Amino acid sequence: MTLSESGAAPAGEVVLEAVGLTKHFPVRGRLRDLFSRTPAVVHAVDDVSFALRRGRVTALVGESGSGKSTVARLLAQLHPRTAGDIRLHGTSTRVRGGRRFRSYVRRVQLILQDPFASLNPVHTVRYHLTRPLRIHGTAGRGAEELERALADLLTRVSLTPPERYLDAFPHELSGGQRQRVAIARALGADPEVLLADEPVSMLDVSIRLGVLNLLQDLKDRLDLAILYITHDIASARYFADETIVMYAGRMVEGGDSETVTQNPAHPYTRLLTDSAPDPERITGALSGADAARADRGGGEPPSLISPPAGCRFHPRCPHAMRRCVADAPPRLTVGDRPGHWTACWLYDPATVAADPPGSAAPDADPTVPPPPAFAGRADTGPREEAR
Amino acid sequence: MLEIRGLRVDYGLGDQAVRAVHDVDLTLHRGEVLGLAGESGSGKSTLAYGLTRLLPPPGVVAGGQVLHHRTDGPPVDVLALTPAQLRAYRWAETSIVFQGAMNSLNPVHKVSTQLHDVIRAHEPDSTRAGRRARARDLLRLVGISADRLDSYPHQLSGGMRQRVMIAMALALEPQVVIMDEPTTALDVVMQRQILGQLAELRRKLGFAVLFITHDLSLLVEFSDRIAIMYGGRIVEEAPAAQLYGRALHPYTDGLLHSFPALHGPRRELTGIPGSPPDLRAMPTGCAFHPRCPRAFAPCAGELPPLGPPADDDPRRAVACWLHPAGATAPGRPIPTAEPTDHP
Repeated sequence: MTLSESGAAPAGEVVLEAVGLTKHFPVRGRLRDLFSRTPAVVHAVDDVSFALRRGRVTALVGESGSGKSTVARLLAQLHPRTAGDIRLHGTSTRVRGGRRFRSYVRRVQLILQDPFASLNPVHTVRYHLTRPLRIHGTAGRGAEELERALADLLTRVSLTPPERYLDAFPHELSGGQRQRVAIARALGADPEVLLADEPVSMLDVSIRLGVLNLLQDLKDRLDLAILYITHDIASARYFADETIVMYAGRMVEGGDSETVTQNPAHPYTRLLTDSAPDPERITGALSGADAARADRGGGEPPSLISPPAGCRFHPRCPHAMRRCVADAPPRLTVGDRPGHWTACWLYDPATVAADPPGSAAPDADPTVPPPPAFAGRADTGPREEAR
Repeated sequence: MLEIRGLRVDYGLGDQAVRAVHDVDLTLHRGEVLGLAGESGSGKSTLAYGLTRLLPPPGVVAGGQVLHHRTDGPPVDVLALTPAQLRAYRWAETSIVFQGAMNSLNPVHKVSTQLHDVIRAHEPDSTRAGRRARARDLLRLVGISADRLDSYPHQLSGGMRQRVMIAMALALEPQVVIMDEPTTALDVVMQRQILGQLAELRRKLGFAVLFITHDLSLLVEFSDRIAIMYGGRIVEEAPAAQLYGRALHPYTDGLLHSFPALHGPRRELTGIPGSPPDLRAMPTGCAFHPRCPRAFAPCAGELPPLGPPADDDPRRAVACWLHPAGATAPGRPIPTAEPTDHP
């Protein structure tokens, strides 16, 4: 089998693009809903746009229920989208099964979260890997070439010697090895894009790093575009070139990973980074003050059947203004680094001037320091200084 | 408070038995948070189930003692209690918040019914109104409004269900709360809220917590002391800050360099090569030596004892030939480049 012919295409070229991607799932209605005009829907994903580039990892970070997995499924064309567009090399694609779906998944492969569930327990590794090779016509001719292709796949995910794993059943493998088989299976199609939906969250901490390093290595060698979906924003910092944060079905912030994790602009991203475990804050840090701070960002993600008007984070936001309740914020540039944007009215000078931040906050607290946005945004240093 | 002496837990009987926990000694002091970390299969959950006698078959406690020191009266050996004594002991003195606790609520009963059950089982004389008031207080304690009492579990979010479980664990004001991966299924924001609340409740009520998780970064921040388990044994035990600052056992060091840090400078991540040992075929000597980057001659041959290292703080303990115990150290050849300064 051949590797992707990456020499022809320039690095960083957009491979797969989501434009205004939207997915609403219908809710099974009650009888009285039959008579209402607007059927109830879950707004799982609303207006999501981003691009996956060759040889780059894009992380999609969010809580469970933020719609990040739905985005992966939409991109894999497992769900039909409600609105928006998916462009593969600039061409709009909409496939529903059949031959066209097959040629689409040859180029875009999905890796699932749970390797314990995504491999069939009654089949061997050989079976799992032979199928994609056969289906996508990369098996070569004859038993000998197939055997070589299989060994090649296993070597590529560092399961060596291949003979030891080929005839093993999934239950004979550890979690990390199983996830490697799942990755090898995705590589069997020789794809251009890997959609990795929480590929390591089911694995042990000591194993995670190995699998992430493997993905990174594959990205470099095969020039793959990778979408890395995770709830662990710290791993996005290390593994992804670009990070996008989602909240309640919308994108709230994006930019290069180091900027987003070290100088988060959106109040939600800040809540997320403040909540991540931090060993530097050794014991006793979970004191009263800290608990109070955690409470302030408290509350829970909103119902997606009737999401809040305006910014979806406003019921939890300590800086909410009147405009946040009314209008959904557009993407605004933060201005500290090129490409760093956020969907937050705090970064629109006209809005902030008209209305003090926090005026519409659920429990306005005068002691909350203003966000760096209007405390002189040009000189936002590292977060350590801001604390 | 709780003293575990030489606890051994097997799965299966006779020749087929697989030893999951080997001679573990562990002490939980009054009012402290003791973190227990390790990979899956290291025996940390088995230890927790063993010491509460909740092991499902074929798990068997093969030996050892679990002494519960009460404020009044002599210590009790939990492993020797009669079934009736055990029923009274459980939950009233030691309660557990299980892994995936949000699924351990009964879906067909209201939250109030389940809270009332706990109280009624242990305090049969309590009145209905008294129980209701108590349940109300408990929910308020964990930050849920009392009008949620008559909700069914599916009407609550994951975080709220978890808090109901914590409320239930605190219902009888136990001295010891064992938490087995209590926040693994939750988001980071919710995790921090719940842990913050737990820290506050602990200050208010003064119970001790045995906190079991594989997320070492969380433990370092949340617990007073940390014990690391590997292959059914405790390999290192130290105050949290010391463990984070200077891990002695190479396994601990590997764990600490496995998770990416969000704050501060980017650290190099090394991880741990290989995979966890198979309990049916444990390596000889130190169980970690096949994966250990610094293994040397004695590691494969002999099991290092857990004890205070000669070259460090006596408050900590480690089982590694790189840091042999002070007085009892056998005359082992120490490697020429004794690595005492970890990155």
